[in-house]
Amino acid sequence: MGGGLYSPEKKDYNKTLDLKKIKPYGDTMNDGKVQLSFTLPIEDDEKAIEAVKQLAEKMGLEDPDVVYHSKLDKGFTFFILYGNLKYSIDFTQIKVESIEIEVMSMEEINNFINENIKRKVIVIGATTGTDAHTVGIDAIMNMKGFAGHYGLERYEMIKAYNLGSQVSNEEFVKSAIELKADVLLVSQTVTQRNAHTKNLTNLVDLLEAEGIRDKVILICGGPRISNELAKELGYDAGFGPGTYANIVATYFIKEMVRRKEV
Amino acid sequence: MKEKELILKSKLNLDFHLVEKARELAKKIALQTQEFINKHTTSSIERTVCRLLGIDGVDEFDVPLPNIIVSNLLEGNNLGLGAAIFIGNAIIHTNLSTQEIAEKVAHEELDLNILPLKDFTEIKSTIEPIVKKTLVQIRSNKKKREKLIKKYGDKEGPLIYVIVATGNIYEDIIQAKAAASQGADIIAVIRSTVQSLLDYVPFGPTIEGYGGTYATQENFKLMREALDEIGEELGRYIRLTNYCSGLCMPEIAAMGAFERLDVMLNDALYGILFRDINMKRTIIDQYFSRMINAYAGVIINTGEDNYLTTADAYEEAYTVLASQFMNEQFALLAGLKEEQMGLGHAFEMSPDLENGFLYELAQAQMTREIFPNAPLKYMPPTKYMTGNIFKGHVQDALFNIITIMTNQRIHLLGMLTEAIHTPFMSDRALSIENARYIFNNMHSISDEIMFKKGGIMEKRVNEVLNKAYNLLQDIEKQGLFKTIEKGIFANIERPINGGKGLEGVIKKQKEYYNPFIDLMLKELKGGDL
Repeated sequence: MGGGLYSPEKKDYNKTLDLKKIKPYGDTMNDGKVQLSFTLPIEDDEKAIEAVKQLAEKMGLEDPDVVYHSKLDKGFTFFILYGNLKYSIDFTQIKVESIEIEVMSMEEINNFINENIKRKVIVIGATTGTDAHTVGIDAIMNMKGFAGHYGLERYEMIKAYNLGSQVSNEEFVKSAIELKADVLLVSQTVTQRNAHTKNLTNLVDLLEAEGIRDKVILICGGPRISNELAKELGYDAGFGPGTYANIVATYFIKEMVRRKEV
Repeated sequence: MKEKELILKSKLNLDFHLVEKARELAKKIALQTQEFINKHTTSSIERTVCRLLGIDGVDEFDVPLPNIIVSNLLEGNNLGLGAAIFIGNAIIHTNLSTQEIAEKVAHEELDLNILPLKDFTEIKSTIEPIVKKTLVQIRSNKKKREKLIKKYGDKEGPLIYVIVATGNIYEDIIQAKAAASQGADIIAVIRSTVQSLLDYVPFGPTIEGYGGTYATQENFKLMREALDEIGEELGRYIRLTNYCSGLCMPEIAAMGAFERLDVMLNDALYGILFRDINMKRTIIDQYFSRMINAYAGVIINTGEDNYLTTADAYEEAYTVLASQFMNEQFALLAGLKEEQMGLGHAFEMSPDLENGFLYELAQAQMTREIFPNAPLKYMPPTKYMTGNIFKGHVQDALFNIITIMTNQRIHLLGMLTEAIHTPFMSDRALSIENARYIFNNMHSISDEIMFKKGGIMEKRVNEVLNKAYNLLQDIEKQGLFKTIEKGIFANIERPINGGKGLEGVIKKQKEYYNPFIDLMLKELKGGDL
């Protein structure tokens, strides 16, 4: 168990921030403190704790401290531990393509469309494949929106169609053509065994086969989606958790205008 | 008199006169809808009749034999008479068992449509012994449950309900047993995402699924055995839950009755709104499925909690109450007792809402007082769970506190990792620990507290009740189907002839025969089983 209130360990490492050697922070720069919890399929005893320490060391954790362990069932034990990560990364070398745009409000978006596109933007959205979760797409599309951010249905200059859940990619593409959609929003919540990535790439293939991939702005979103992953899968952009309708809309209207100018 | 007593006992100074008026309206709505239900049957109801007559198994392409029989009758445009007529007729002609008849139809050695129809009285007397045998079997499952609960003694207070969802029934069993030993009282096996839209029930044990495990009769049996075994070890009856919704509502009720499931999610409105199932189809299906659940002693759970995952939980709380009133009346019409009505509601208001806890508490207490005998199903926060597991654990704690303060019965445990993944074994253990800590530490709180007269909570429930009453008035004028078309519930609009499964709705012919409805309803309404 833990060593009481005050840690007796000496802190004889460099305590200045070095962006070339970034490490987790507990309460002192570069202490590398990490908290971790997991279950092992073994009985709760001394040997189990030693196993956890060895595993932690293999993960790069120095001085692993198992602060809690408890039997979950016969042959299963839960552990909570802390340790000091010995690895660091060079933060100055990291390049991530994130969508960095100045987010506009609903009103600004409507005005922008009025001035630059001069007609309603047509957006269709769905949760595709076998996924039945509509939370994500509803938050972006529905009149009501989410956390005080109205959904696209409320936007005067956007015609939004929410096709719901469990929409097959074929149906989705068909609707995109029929409705002459400018923007396609795909939500994926269930992400077991990477079913979502297969389904997402399949949609790109279908759009290409129909010859409309370049004519639409294709966006996906969901709890496990990042912009990087989206681009890798052949999408124009991807949005993770905490995204509101106006963030997505800001992106696609600017992208529409950018494409027009090219 | 009764109203006065209730008002005196109410912690919220509820207007029970208005409650009774709301009930009356809900009853009228249910009766209007029942008129429509009584004129129709569905492909799934007739498949259920096949199952209850002993037909099971699949052909070489994995098509269930009940589906084959019903397709055969649909081809002959004969389903409006009811499958039981044609099966009974085939028995008289062939002297084979129902299963053998189904196999012959599957091999195209027999066409139920071309056998000359015998006298209906003869057909009915041929079928009735089989029906009675099935009913004896279902009643004996019910008795076995009662015996086991009596043996161990039933748990007082909230029942801790957790889900397993690995996709593999054998892995589910490991998780379920672990959860039971940690203190779970109810195990729900979440179904594979797509199953509610399948117009057949898969067969045999399954080890693959998306976001859940297929509901099959074999999977029911395997889990039942496992829970009986661990229950014996722990000296507690562990209840088993599955999902009696979607396109196979009554079939799953029948399978559950055969395998002694204890709790069934069972709500047509849920299927209409969240699975886009055709409203006519599922409301007809619901009636028969609820009747089977009633007969088998199963507690149904309704899905009102789900409205609040799309609509705002504060603004739309009254739609939940209105729906509970209607679900109560539909359940009564199908023969369910109040003690079998796990009406649903949820803790889904935004954590940023000032006094949100008080509004949740008010709603939960109000629901408890309006439906005093129902084993209410209370659902945890999901919509505002963020991935911050530490905050999530606190949100779940507040939810647990409301359950113990307002005596909810079926307490679906929140998981700190909601919105991240299906629960790990440890997530479940931490959540159970959280709930048990609170339930024990605050054990008698509901007896110890009163709420301020004329305070925030009293005002809130008064407003919710009044709005629910007004909504029920509207629904009574327009009819339930029209209301759903307008998107009153969960802000979702569904057209009357849209959605999946409409092709399975069949008008009953004058001579329509479903021996199970007749016999079960007679016993249920007689009250004595």
